[in-house]
Amino acid sequence: MHPLEWMAWTWPTALFFLGIAAALIGMLAWELASPTVQRRGFLPISTTRGDRFFIGLLGSAFIHLAWIGVTDQSVWFALAVSLLWMATVMRFG
Amino acid sequence: MEKTYNNRAWLLVIPVFVIVAFSAIIPLMTVVNYSVQDIFGPGQRFFVGAEWYKETLRDPRLHGAFLRQIAFSLTILAIEVPLGIAIALALPTRGWGVSASLVLLALPLLIPWNVVGTIWQIFARADIGLGGRLLAELGVDYNYARDPIDAWITVVVMDVWHWTPLVVLLCYSGLRAIPPAFYQAAQVDGASSWAVFRYIQLPKLTGVLTIAVLLRFMDSFLIYTEPFVLTGGGPGNATTFLSQFLATAAVGRFDLGPAAAFSIIYFLFILLFSWLFYTAIMRIQTGER
Repeated sequence: MHPLEWMAWTWPTALFFLGIAAALIGMLAWELASPTVQRRGFLPISTTRGDRFFIGLLGSAFIHLAWIGVTDQSVWFALAVSLLWMATVMRFG
Repeated sequence: MEKTYNNRAWLLVIPVFVIVAFSAIIPLMTVVNYSVQDIFGPGQRFFVGAEWYKETLRDPRLHGAFLRQIAFSLTILAIEVPLGIAIALALPTRGWGVSASLVLLALPLLIPWNVVGTIWQIFARADIGLGGRLLAELGVDYNYARDPIDAWITVVVMDVWHWTPLVVLLCYSGLRAIPPAFYQAAQVDGASSWAVFRYIQLPKLTGVLTIAVLLRFMDSFLIYTEPFVLTGGGPGNATTFLSQFLATAAVGRFDLGPAAAFSIIYFLFILLFSWLFYTAIMRIQTGER
């Protein structure tokens, strides 16, 4: 048995985690290039860039859950809504 | 003068990071992997996409467990927080009574959770238990193993008994931290005891109360041991809360896929509440409004 077999990897989940890892590394690089400034946007709290990234990710997770729970449409639409949410939070949050 | 930062301290975080990676991140990733597959055994697994999530999110039993969980958490908060404040206000402020009452109050907090369940299981039994027998003698038709309402009341009372002391201790420390000058000023102004509570004590308790509410909310949201020992989730599903629903699916029926999907959903809710918890506390500490 392959050593990683117990983790039961699939390509979609592997790509998902690689995407998260890439985003985290990207955030690190961005932070090193231009450090974040705490500011206040439409969210009721002042946030750093990392805070907004976290809020964006958590919000995206719940957007997906709501989408799967309520509609029978493709999950890709939920991804599109999430990306829109992420962009909004990162820019105006 | 410019302050220089030494980022090499971050290297010291690496051991913790490695431990957390093995104890939390890798298992979590595995659960995510399980949640999108139908697993029959080693090497026999099939990708099913979001199917388990769809099934779990639309499962009426899960909705039931979720609503029961919310109802339970709100009920115990509505009882424990006012009760905790009231007891903290009534406690003695000097003399031997302070240590005596604090030790007595802290006792339930020191008892292992499964023992708490066992204590109440026996205490509430109508045939041999002190509480159950007393109710029976008074003519109350009470049986927590048969009647859902009775089971609910027993679980709530057990949690109140177990965890109100935490709220009391937090509030008591908050009350002791109020400088005497505030009370003297109130006395000079001839303030009533209600006014003292409303305008001096309660505002000063905001910080500890936030911590108490959020701790109790989180803990009650994860409650497993006590109801498991006391009622086993019954009668029927009357006291089956989220963690027990999960344990039944994962351990009892060995439905790894749906149990994993449910774990992820549960995890996301816990993550959301923890984040709200953290943000609220940080805001209070920094005095941001």
